Parts: sequence; C-alpha cells; structure tokens
Amino acid sequence: MQRVSGHRQKMEVFTLIFPALFWLTVFFAIPLLSIVVYSFLKKGLYGVLVWEFNLENYARFLDPLYFKVFGRSFAVAVLTTLGCLVIGYPLAAWLATRPTRFQGILLMLLMIPFWTNFLVRTYAWIVLLAREGFINTALMSLGVINEPLGMLYTQPAVIVGLVYGWVTDMVLPIYATMVGLDRSLLEAAQDLYANDLKTFTRVVLPLTMPGIVAGSILVFIPSMGAYVTPDLLGGGKVDMIGNLVQRQFGSAQDWPFGSAISCVLMAIMVIGTLIYFRISGGRER
Amino acid sequence: MAESIPAVELEHVTKRFGNVVAVNDVTLRIAEGEFFSLLGPSGCGKTTTLRMIAGFEMPTAGVVRIRGQEMGETPPFKRPVNTVFQSYALFPHLTVAQNVAFGLEMQKVPRKEIKQRVAEALEMVRLPQMANRKPKQLSGGQRQRIALARALVNRPQVLLLDEPLGALDLKLRKAMQLELKALQSQVGITFIYVTHDQEEALTMSDRIAVMNEGRVYQVGTPREIYERPNSRFVADFIGETNFLTGRVEEVRGEQAVVLVDGTVRVVGTLTGPVSRGQEVTVAIRPEKLRLRPTGEVQGRVEELIYIGTDTRYVIRLTERSRLTVRTQNVGIGDSQRFRQGERVGLEWNDESALVLVE
Amino acid sequence: MKTGSSRQRTLIRIGQKVLSLHALFSYLFLYLPIIILIIFSFNNSKSVFRWAGFTTHWYLDLFSDPRIMSALKNSLIVASASTIASTIFGTMVSIAMERYDFFGKLPFDALLYLPIVIPDITMAVMLLVFFVTIHMPLGLHTIIISHIAFNISFVSVTVRARLASLDPALEEAAQDLYANEWQTFWKVTFPLLLPGIIGGALMAFTLSLDDYVITFFTAGARSTTLPLRIYSMVKTGVKPDINALSSLMMMVSMALVVLSLLLQRKGGEGVTIQ
Repeated sequence: MQRVSGHRQKMEVFTLIFPALFWLTVFFAIPLLSIVVYSFLKKGLYGVLVWEFNLENYARFLDPLYFKVFGRSFAVAVLTTLGCLVIGYPLAAWLATRPTRFQGILLMLLMIPFWTNFLVRTYAWIVLLAREGFINTALMSLGVINEPLGMLYTQPAVIVGLVYGWVTDMVLPIYATMVGLDRSLLEAAQDLYANDLKTFTRVVLPLTMPGIVAGSILVFIPSMGAYVTPDLLGGGKVDMIGNLVQRQFGSAQDWPFGSAISCVLMAIMVIGTLIYFRISGGRER
Repeated sequence: MAESIPAVELEHVTKRFGNVVAVNDVTLRIAEGEFFSLLGPSGCGKTTTLRMIAGFEMPTAGVVRIRGQEMGETPPFKRPVNTVFQSYALFPHLTVAQNVAFGLEMQKVPRKEIKQRVAEALEMVRLPQMANRKPKQLSGGQRQRIALARALVNRPQVLLLDEPLGALDLKLRKAMQLELKALQSQVGITFIYVTHDQEEALTMSDRIAVMNEGRVYQVGTPREIYERPNSRFVADFIGETNFLTGRVEEVRGEQAVVLVDGTVRVVGTLTGPVSRGQEVTVAIRPEKLRLRPTGEVQGRVEELIYIGTDTRYVIRLTERSRLTVRTQNVGIGDSQRFRQGERVGLEWNDESALVLVE
Repeated sequence: MKTGSSRQRTLIRIGQKVLSLHALFSYLFLYLPIIILIIFSFNNSKSVFRWAGFTTHWYLDLFSDPRIMSALKNSLIVASASTIASTIFGTMVSIAMERYDFFGKLPFDALLYLPIVIPDITMAVMLLVFFVTIHMPLGLHTIIISHIAFNISFVSVTVRARLASLDPALEEAAQDLYANEWQTFWKVTFPLLLPGIIGGALMAFTLSLDDYVITFFTAGARSTTLPLRIYSMVKTGVKPDINALSSLMMMVSMALVVLSLLLQRKGGEGVTIQ
C-alpha cells in the first residue's frame, strides 16, 4: 500500500474517490443525519414539524403498545436465529465433510436461492401456507385433515419465512470454520481417549464457535429489521419494528417518531456488525 | 577495471518506512558484468535495496547511480534495469510469448524485431515450444525461466533477481543455480541477486554483500566471506562456526593470544586492531579443527555423532565453552578413534582461528 | 474393547446417514417452495392452488398487460442506470482504497460499508425524509439515486476483494517492463480486475432489479417497478398471473446469480494463493 505523496498523486486519489464520496455524502450520510435530527423533533398538528428539541420520541418506546412490538421483534429474531442454527449447523458439517471437488457446486446450490429475489421467495411461502394453499390442499386431498389449517398470518409463518430467507447466512460462516478445522485435532482428541460425543463438545464445538456467533449475528440483524416478511406472511397480525416504522411514514404521519425508531434499529445493527467484525477479524489474526 | 564506471553504485543510501530503518547508510559499487549477491536473513534490507535500484522504492537519503547516471525519482519504467520477481509475476491473462514481448512492445520496438527477439529469448531458456501457453499451464521451473526470458529480452544493463529460486524445490534449485550462472556468463549482463540462502550465494556469486538489520557487514568474494569473516554476525550466518569468548593477553603482529574463560590460551589471527585486555570473540570453523590423542589445548569428548561422510565431536573445552569438531571419515574405523568421555588434544592452524572484535 | 469400537463405528455410520438425510431435507427446504411456485405458474386454472393442466397463457397475459410492461420498462431503466453509475464509481473508489493510504481513509471506509449494514427500512425512510425535505419530487430519478447509493457499496466490496487478492508484483512487473502508470492500468490491472468488475455489476443489477423496500419509499406515484407491481398484486389477492411474473423474476435473478458466481470462480487467475 502506498502512502499518498506529491500533488499529482493527491489529485489522482481525489479523482478516484470523488464520485463515491460525493454520492454517499449527499445521498447517504446527510439523509442519515437528517433522520437523527428528526428523531429529536416533535410532530405538530396535521403532521407539521415542530422545531423543538425533545426526547419524547425515545420515551415512547416504553409505551406498552410499542414495547410489545419491540419484544415481538426480538423474540422472532431470536427464534429465527435458533431455527437457522438447527438447520445450518448440521448442514455446514455435512458440507465440510464432502469430497472437496463437490463442495464448490454444493455451496453454489446453497447460494443461488439466497441471491434470488427476496420478495418472490417470501411470496412462494404464501402459495404454500395459504388457507387454500399447496400444503392444505395436499393434506386435505390425502385425507390427513378435513379443515384447512390456519398457517398463514401467524408468528410461526413469519419465522419460517425469515429462516428460509437467511439460513444461508448461518451456514457459510460455520462452514468456513469447519473447513478450517484441522483433521488431526479430531484424531488427537480420539487418541487422547475422547469418545465421539466428547470430541464434539470439547473440540469441535469450541473451535466452530466463532462461526456460530458470526452466523447468528448475520441472521439476527436482518431478522430484527425485517419488513417484507412480517408484512406478507404476518398479514398485519405479526407486526415488527419495520412495520412500525412504515406506519409512522404512512398512515400515522409521525415522521419524528418513525425516525426515532429507525435510529434505534440502526444502532442495534451497527453494534451487532461491530461485534461481528471483532469476531471474524479476531479469527483471521 | 577499478577505473571504469560501476554498473550500479549506491552511496550512503538509507530507506525509512515510518520509524523503521529498512536500509541504513549502504554504500556499494557493483562492477560491470559482475554476479553480485545481496545475502542476509529476512528483514535485513536486501530486498528493499534491490527495489531501490529497480525504482519501486525511492531512497530516503543517499544516491543510486546506474552506469554513472543518478536515478533520483526516475520511475521504474524509465530505468535500464529489469527484474525477475520472487513470485515471477507473469501476467496470467497473457500467453508466454505475450509476456516476453511485453517490455519490447512498451518500448515501441518494431513488430518484426519483437517477434524475432522473443523467439531468441525463448530459445535461450530452452522453452520455444511454450510460446502459446498461459503461465498457469507451466511448471514452477518453467515459469522461472520465462520470467528470466521476459526480463533478459529487453537487454537490460543490469538484471535484478529477487530470490528467483525461492519457490522451487531443492533439486530443481540446484540445477537452476548452475543454469543461471552459465546464462550470466553467456549474456555478460550484470546480475544483482538477492537471496537468504548462503550456499546459493557462495556457489553463484563473484562477490557477496552480507547484510543484517539494514547494514552491509562485509563485501567480498565467496572465499573472503567464508574464510575471513569480519564480524561475529558474518561468521555465524555463513556456514557453521565455533565461538569462544575471552580477553586479549598479548598482541604479536598479525596474531593475538586470547585467554578463553580465564583458563585456556588460544592463538588467533587478527581481523582488526585490538588492545591488551580487550574482550574478543575467537571463531574457528569445525572442519579446521583436528583431534589428537594429546596436545597443548585439551578437552573431553562429550558427544559423538556419526553422520556418514563425517563424524561430529562435541568437545568440552572449559566449563562455559564447547567446540564442535568435524572430521572426515576417510577410513572405516575413523569414527571410532575417540570415545565419549575421553580426553583429547585439539590442533588448528593459527590462520584458521579469527579474532573478531565486532 | 472390540465390541465397544464396533458399536462406535455403527453409531458413526448412523450419524453420517442422519447428517446426509438432514442435508437432503435442507436442500429440499430451499428449493421446493421455488419449484412449486414455478409449477403452479403453468397451472391452467383461475384458482391458484388446484392443478388443472398445463398452460402458458399466464405468461402470455403478462406481456399484454400494459401496467406490467411499464413496470418492466421502469425496472430495466432503474437497474441499468444504477448499475452503470455504481460500477464506475465503485471500481474507482476500490482502486483508491486498495492502492493508497490517505487522510480520512478509515471513516470513509466505514461510510462505504454502512449502506450494506443498515436495514433496508432505515435507508428507505431516511432517503424519503431527505428527498421531501429538499423538495425533490419523487419519481424514477429518486429511485435511481437511491439504488446507486447502496450499489456503490456492493460493487466496491466485490471489486476490492478481487484487487486485494491480486499479486502487487504484477503491476510492478509491468512498470519494470517499461509500462507507465496508464499503460500498467489498462494492460495489466484492468484485464485482471475485469471478472470482479463484471461480478460486481451483475450483483448491482440483481439487487436493483429485486429491491422492494427502498424503491417503495422513494418511488413516485407513476414510477412503479416490477417488485412494487408484484407487491401490490399480492396485497390485493393471490392470482395465477402473480405466479407467472414471480417465476419469471426468479429465473432472471437466478440466471444473473449463476453467471456472477461462475465469473468470480473462473476469474481465479492472477490471484495469489497464500
């Protein structure tokens, strides 16, 4: 890496970063600051802003009505993370133990749905879970049930949708730690009289823990900030923070409060991401 | 010869990276047509020195001259030198022929001439059939030769080589050492060769500069460097050496008597001025020592290791000092001449023991 | 001892079987919803869920629906414009970030990374607030502006990864072989970087084409894109034409993803292996 010296090089670096710097300052940093400012303002009559510093918007989180939404978001995010872990950990272990030449293609198969249209993937679950959806139709024609099950617009539906959306983010970091696992460590453990269970709990689990933590953060963050999934699969019955924000900018017309919620959401993400970098960075060194 | 302009000249060159002094006041004169090695452990500043000649780094202080021309801030692409990189740095998106032609194309050499010179260069490294391959399809040794062809095709005044054999396995490395040396005398270009492998430097070089911690410790022919190291570092870095520490008792012209650990007197050849009572190190190579049933200097056989061609004895000389002795196994019973625990005498020629000050 | 170890071996074998079975179910979990959706998009029935024979007329209907065609046009305009701008800006900034050390680099690096980290909904509302505050009317241009803002980050992550893995000696070798900075960039750096740049561009195009949340908040009344169209169709009731449109979108983004993954894999040359 070169330390910038001389006028010509300064100009070169400036030219290279200017477009991105300009764009991200004007259309990212300033908007970001503006909602931080908004979050300390007050909503007047008819949605007019009152320029008066106050913390009321933040105090409103304690209102049981909103507190409940926060609590639900947290619960859904935790359950989603657990769900991803239960599916993802054994899958990562399986992937890591496949012959090397197959691992690339298997990973690719895992990534493809992950990168396809999130909205459409969520919609696919409506097709499956609806009252007259695929699962109910199938079960009823098989005679397993007589009445269709009410699966859509429930909290489990939202969790399933989120797990479906983010499970790949759990598998990849765990897979990375598993592949990095030195085989001879397992043999050493067995050589030192550890049985399979002990080898797992005393050697494999601690060594793959960074992957578990990283994957959990990668799943938890977007689940906490989910908007599309609770809206489509929760149908207004399983509102999460994202939906609350949307409502402040939609029907409620309370931008300062909406900004305050967004700021808190953002803070959660940024803290989570910092922890993630600490963990994954620490592993590299 | 000494009067002609040196191919490369460094005058009090220093390079700092932040607070780290990578190269510290180095002065070197490398003659036309010489095979010159920069030898030292990793981090000694040898690669940085090479990169300053190539123009990838600019000295913090001092002057680099190539054929008398001061280089200043001249960028690499305007210097009459070419480099063979440690990683070879062959362009992976270009074929072998395109790689070799790259420098000529940049210099706007006419197309016809490029074609001919590329063919010649590939012929020189004996890989003409590889012209249309991609670097990925070559073996390590082949890549190395293409990197060499790519540099030499430009007919540089000086060729810089940064550990070019480092990535090859031992056998191939030995073969390439001889090949490189032969090539150098064939093309007659000045080679500046960076390596941390002392054996490689000794085999190939006309002269060697031994570097450590950014400084040049000694410059000389391989024989000088091995037989007459001027410092403890050089003696230790090149080959195997026994070190004894003691005080100078008496100076007799070119020689001195040193009292080792206050008990044993040894005679050694001076490498620099010393005075009576000065603390010095005496260095003796294991193969220069001879074991006798008895003698002026005596010790006890502590360990005896049979290593095929030689037998290695570890002799306890004083409470604090031991000496390693290597004797060739000429006869079948040679390795059993002395036994563990036996008292033996030690002999050497006075010029083999060096009194080192630094 | 002997019986113990043979019992253990049996257990391992069972464990392996369970693990493989789990993997099979996991892949089914990932693919079945998509596959069922695609199958039902060919269902010849007004009711979405009961199979009544094969048809392609839902697909044909899409192309004669002016609202969908205009949404498609909008989506393509937004995705192309934002991809071109963000690829150029993102590549330029990547080179500066990977090759030089300069004042204020660290905070700028954080700014460059933040759009990836920040939740969609937050980025969406902050852009809305911003556009309204500066009295910029909402429309296709505000969507494009917003998409460029997040795509710069995604492109630069991809391009920087590629740059970081290039052997720096390659550029030095070019300079050593009489290429000036300009020639070094176009003859060596750029060709080697190209798979990363194309990969980044494909990723930006996919993200832009697929985005719903940020688009929804920054779109004007007449600037509906395909995801907005799908969303409002889903909200007003599930009809088979949504399946067809969804399947099409899915297949397009899948094709783009496969292409970009293949490119990044193929582009392994010139990369140092530590």
